Amino acid sequence: MSERLDVKKTYKLLINGAFPRSESGRSYEVTSLRGAFLANVAQASRKDVRDAVVAARAAQAKWWALSAYNRGQVIYRLAEMAESRREELAEHVSLAEGLKLKAARAVVARATDRVVWYAGWSDKVAQVFGSSNPVAGPFFNFSVPTPSGVVGVVAEQDSSLEAFVEAVFAPIAVGNAVVALASEQRPTPSVLLGEMTATSDFPGGVLNVLTGFTGELAPTLAAHEDVDGLDLAGVDEGFADELALLGAGSIKRILRPASEDSPLRRLRAFIETSTVWHTIGQ
Amino acid sequence: MGELTTSRLGAMQYDPAPESPDIAHLQERYGLFIDGSFTDPSASESFATVNPANEVVLAHVAQASNEDVNAAVTAARRAYETKWSKTTGAQRSKYLYRIARLIQERSRELAVVETLDNGKPIRESRDVDIPLAAAHFFYYAGWADKLDYAGFGLSPRPLGVAGQIIPWNFPLLMAAWKLAPALAAGNTCVLKPAETTPLTALVLAEILQQAELPPGVVNVVTGDGTTGAALVDHPDVDKIAFTGSTEVGRMIQRRVATSHKHLTLELGGKGANIVFEDAPVDEVIEGIIDGIFFNQGHVCCAGSRLLVQESVADEVLRRLLRRVDQLRVGDPLDKNTDVGAINSAAQLARIEELTAYGEEEGATRYTSSCTLPDRGYWFAPTVFADVAQSHRIAREEIFGPVLSVLTFRTPEEAVAKANNTNYGLACGVWSEKGSRTLWVAERLRAGVVWANTYNRFDPASPFGGVRESGFGREGGRHGLEAYLDV
Repeated sequence: MSERLDVKKTYKLLINGAFPRSESGRSYEVTSLRGAFLANVAQASRKDVRDAVVAARAAQAKWWALSAYNRGQVIYRLAEMAESRREELAEHVSLAEGLKLKAARAVVARATDRVVWYAGWSDKVAQVFGSSNPVAGPFFNFSVPTPSGVVGVVAEQDSSLEAFVEAVFAPIAVGNAVVALASEQRPTPSVLLGEMTATSDFPGGVLNVLTGFTGELAPTLAAHEDVDGLDLAGVDEGFADELALLGAGSIKRILRPASEDSPLRRLRAFIETSTVWHTIGQ
Repeated sequence: MGELTTSRLGAMQYDPAPESPDIAHLQERYGLFIDGSFTDPSASESFATVNPANEVVLAHVAQASNEDVNAAVTAARRAYETKWSKTTGAQRSKYLYRIARLIQERSRELAVVETLDNGKPIRESRDVDIPLAAAHFFYYAGWADKLDYAGFGLSPRPLGVAGQIIPWNFPLLMAAWKLAPALAAGNTCVLKPAETTPLTALVLAEILQQAELPPGVVNVVTGDGTTGAALVDHPDVDKIAFTGSTEVGRMIQRRVATSHKHLTLELGGKGANIVFEDAPVDEVIEGIIDGIFFNQGHVCCAGSRLLVQESVADEVLRRLLRRVDQLRVGDPLDKNTDVGAINSAAQLARIEELTAYGEEEGATRYTSSCTLPDRGYWFAPTVFADVAQSHRIAREEIFGPVLSVLTFRTPEEAVAKANNTNYGLACGVWSEKGSRTLWVAERLRAGVVWANTYNRFDPASPFGGVRESGFGREGGRHGLEAYLDV
């Protein structure tokens, strides 16, 4: 009996830079596609959603106060973390999505490259989406993209890592804070990625990752009055209708899946255009 | 704040200089503009539109039923499929240039019609509304053949049929804000003007005929809220663009939520006009006046909350009240008039209700000593001092000539108070210190910030709100996005 026993991992929530179990104490079982036990994952409650929104609101101000250059470096730092732990990520993706390890490695490589892509966007959006406007009068008039604020992401259910990265880092790159509901049945890769943000200099609360039942948590996120935007990537059309109705209560910006998605659409979804007029005179 | 004492100079006396109402060439009845011609409504129902300055009926306008809205959407769809989607950008561009020129040619007539129907001073309709409406068509005309270079990828597609619902505060200008970018991007339109101000949109329809715009590309359906609802709910509309109250905007977003319609909303506001102690007082006073009394305060981005630094609050208030007393309130057609009539009895009742709360909740009221005409809907310019953030007059959009004055000590406090609202449309900052102005502007949650000016609009400048003031932009390159499938 000299064989070493594995140290099994507990998958917890990521709220405000900390890793709590759900305040409800609940957990649920996640299995591989073949039904083998993978983990007991924290089952977030509606209270956890509200706590995460509070954390995101506070973190957003800190995140946006950093220079765009600095935000880019922080996101890039996450790519470094993902790269050095790529085997671990690939194993998680492989188990979660039932992929062969080679295919899972390719998923991780693509996801990591997307983190790098979004890192670069943080200090480009103002130039690409901003403008100086030639108004008819003695004014210097300019428009800059500013973040919507707190964005709720209901992550895609099948693609456990790649789609999660797309949905989460597009809004973060432009200065938003995110509360993400991970794929209900394949949450472990996004939980692992969340853990990596803790060692990438993200202010706590910029990315919050909740695991649990989408049907239970998403309405709370959609109806929350301090959430500014909502990405409905991971719900079917009927449920998306229901969530969009809830979101209308506070005039949320709502992104629904499109048949052909362009990365710019996702990047533009949660930015506002802020225009400043300043007088010119002697 | 100290005693509200002021010298009551009153407005200076000038001889009246009225513009002639005959220039409007109004017809007794107006039909719906569907598929290129004026048609009678299916149910033969109509309603009167009155001059709010004297309650005289100006004309009878058709009430569009569900059937009429359906006819308009059908015409717009047919025009989109058979004509407009097959035109080149250069052709659309030329139509828009024609429309811009025709508005300029008929600008005097349009200004008088606007003032008669809306109650706004002729000085404003002549110098602001009509020239800016023409400028919007002129600006977007130039985009129609350059969409490939607008930053949305090559050959960006239009959305299809756009349903556009506009408010009564800037009737023709709002029609231009909606139609010009939509047409430039290649959409066809069904425009629903506000119930109390339909006339300039109908004159614009004549202009579209004169411009030989293909039938059905723009349709105008007049009516009340039921007409707007029919347009919002119509299954063959691809896009809804709405300007109006947050309350109605929320309802529209709910109705559209379960469809695949695209949506942009330009809603209410409770703009903060922030005055720092170093700002030049004379300019500040004019800026505050422009911010809240322009267009009788019927402006979604009005500077309805004055935040003034405590050290200069007494002086600013004293001089502000003196200036308020000098505003000339009266006949909107008189070229000397500063403040015109309230647009409708319903709006007047709303203003009266909210200002009554102002006094009840403990604010100090100052009302201009101007004399108001006997007939029509009038409200004297009003300033409330000693306003707390919790007061209804500091939280709710009054949409009238009513200013709430609050104070602050530090820039941080000014920003916190300015942002203490669910709205986020526009703010003003007054200071000679550029670094502080930009520091404040960066922290304001608002779509537009005016520094040392207020209520400026330009077709090249994106306009629109954040949070519950809506989403989407009108004006500038950004305004195209609302009408492209990108």
